[in-house]
Amino acid sequence: MKLNEITGVKKVVTGNHAVSYGVLLARAQVIAAYPITPQTQIVELLSEFCATGLLKAKFIKVESEHSAMAACVGASISGVRAFTATSAQGLALMHEMLHWAVGARLPIVVANVNRAMGPGWSVWTDQNDSLSQRDVGMIQLYCESNQEVLDTTIQSFKIAEKVLLPVMVILDAFVLSHTSEPVDIPTLEEVDAFLPPYQPRHYLDINNPQAFGGLTSPDHYYEIRMKIEIAHQEALKVAKKVDEEFKERFGRGYGLIEPYYCDDAKVILVTSGTITGTAREVIDEERRKGRKVGLLKIRLFRPTPKDEIKEVLLRADKIAVIDRNISFGHSGIFAQEIKSIFYNAYRKPPIFDFIIGLGGRDVRSEDIKEIIDYVFKKDYPTEDAIFKGVRL
Amino acid sequence: MRRWQEASRTEELMNSGHFACPGCGGALAMRLVLKALGKKTIVVIPACCWSIIDGPFPLHCLRVPVYHTAFETAAIMASGIKAGMDIQGKEDIKVLAFAGDGGTADIGIQALSGACERNDDIIYACYDNEAYMNTGIQRSSATPLLAWTTTTPEGTPKGEPKKNMVEIVAAHRIPYTATASVGFPEDLITKFKKAKEIKGLKYIHIYAPCPTGWRMAPDLLIKVSQLATETCIFPLYEIEDGIRYRINYFPKEKLPVREYIKIQGRFSHLTEKEIGLIQKKVDFEWDLLNKKAKAQF
Repeated sequence: MKLNEITGVKKVVTGNHAVSYGVLLARAQVIAAYPITPQTQIVELLSEFCATGLLKAKFIKVESEHSAMAACVGASISGVRAFTATSAQGLALMHEMLHWAVGARLPIVVANVNRAMGPGWSVWTDQNDSLSQRDVGMIQLYCESNQEVLDTTIQSFKIAEKVLLPVMVILDAFVLSHTSEPVDIPTLEEVDAFLPPYQPRHYLDINNPQAFGGLTSPDHYYEIRMKIEIAHQEALKVAKKVDEEFKERFGRGYGLIEPYYCDDAKVILVTSGTITGTAREVIDEERRKGRKVGLLKIRLFRPTPKDEIKEVLLRADKIAVIDRNISFGHSGIFAQEIKSIFYNAYRKPPIFDFIIGLGGRDVRSEDIKEIIDYVFKKDYPTEDAIFKGVRL
Repeated sequence: MRRWQEASRTEELMNSGHFACPGCGGALAMRLVLKALGKKTIVVIPACCWSIIDGPFPLHCLRVPVYHTAFETAAIMASGIKAGMDIQGKEDIKVLAFAGDGGTADIGIQALSGACERNDDIIYACYDNEAYMNTGIQRSSATPLLAWTTTTPEGTPKGEPKKNMVEIVAAHRIPYTATASVGFPEDLITKFKKAKEIKGLKYIHIYAPCPTGWRMAPDLLIKVSQLATETCIFPLYEIEDGIRYRINYFPKEKLPVREYIKIQGRFSHLTEKEIGLIQKKVDFEWDLLNKKAKAQF
């Protein structure tokens, strides 16, 4: 394996390997990971990169995901770029240390392959694993294609290091993780120019012996938390700028959200992850038939680009949120988020919530079409969530 | 006395004004360990008494960097920091994980076992005060047989013997495993100095009594520590590569365990029969250790 053979070329790669290439090009210095389907290929290829010397990194083969994240925290506070990848149960096990990474303001990048939580055991995709980590304070970016996965991985390190927050890059199990697509892999030189070496602002230094993370009284804690919130507000601007700069250099940008045929739309669908790709095709078809329907893809989930989302969705009469997740006893999580954005808006379009595709059940174009038909027919939703395709 | 002065005649890396209780074995243990390891040390502290002793933000009583971490992560946090230091070419910096017995023998044993199996180049010190003292004296797996704690209250003392962490760790065949005691500072300092020079995982189990939790006067710290070794309840020994045992201290006259037990409130409920049972177990373990130390390779 030679660097000039695998970079600066267009290659057909899986979503998992797109992450690995992103991490290689970002020159991660410490990687710690534990195997879990469907993530494992990410770290398999990375360990190969490390073994061949293509990537000069320490790879710690830890005994659990909890330790994977702890090792990343340790590496990051020592002053280096750290990465890990996981899925579902692994992400849940990391939970405590995700809080640690955020509270310690460490720019660690985590790739999470969206997989349904057990029991019963499922390796297939849905978003409940990453959305269960919504409130830890990590930045969350949901990807639609393998190219976006690679580009987002590289962007994530830059965003993370500018605002000192960990970033989660999220891709759907199998639909992206194990599906091959042609991906433009930049050269190391191009990425180096975009992403300079990590310059830590706080780190363990024997010449300046400080303590990090000690007992913090009510006199100080709130202000430290407030600074995390301020960093999230800053991250909105930074993520946008980083994406624009990326577009200038590499010719590909994604935005924080992406409106598709939204200008004159009567109904706008809201999606994230790979359902977006399926929905795009349905929108194209509906538009050919003259139906005024649009699509809003949410790429940056946390921090939430509320103003941008509101600005686009206010163009529509009705909104249909497609949730591949569920907050039991309430409704779909994206729908709750979108509804909350509109509470103080001058106009509140009806918001329909469709829960679909849990545990990796296929979301077909017919399903999306049925959702559109339903929303066009109804003036307002008669139930909080519509359980699309459930056989009960 | 002179030997202790010689051993400790190094820079003081722990400041006064820390938050430990009077007579704290854990505080003394840290002070001695840092004397041995010196300034080029980074200390990792999981949830334990030392989370408090170091001082609340923004205070900090050690003159080396400290990273406070989650309860079960002492070993892996040290490994992560070490990996980060190594990749930056700062290989001369030693990383010390300094955890209590709960953080070592209970919640942190998985991460510790992982680090041992990988033979990560860190020093792991367990300061053993034989219960969850920071949360208020709850039993841990390192609490000795028949001891009182707030979760093994009067009438139901701990029914299980103390988990033998030294043997568990040594079974990973790491290069260096040892016991040490705040009652024997010169031995403790020698062992940490030795550990500093060895590559791979070094585990040192420090006997660090807690007068508060053991229900005894703070000024008995050194006496009780020395009695633990003089009775062979806590022998001082080291194990190289997990197989070669060496006993570092043989009591001139092996004292009965009663001497040790009678000065601690946590054992005040023990009957003569129970003390006899403990004596038998201690005799057996001491004999076993001597047999291991005599083994030829």
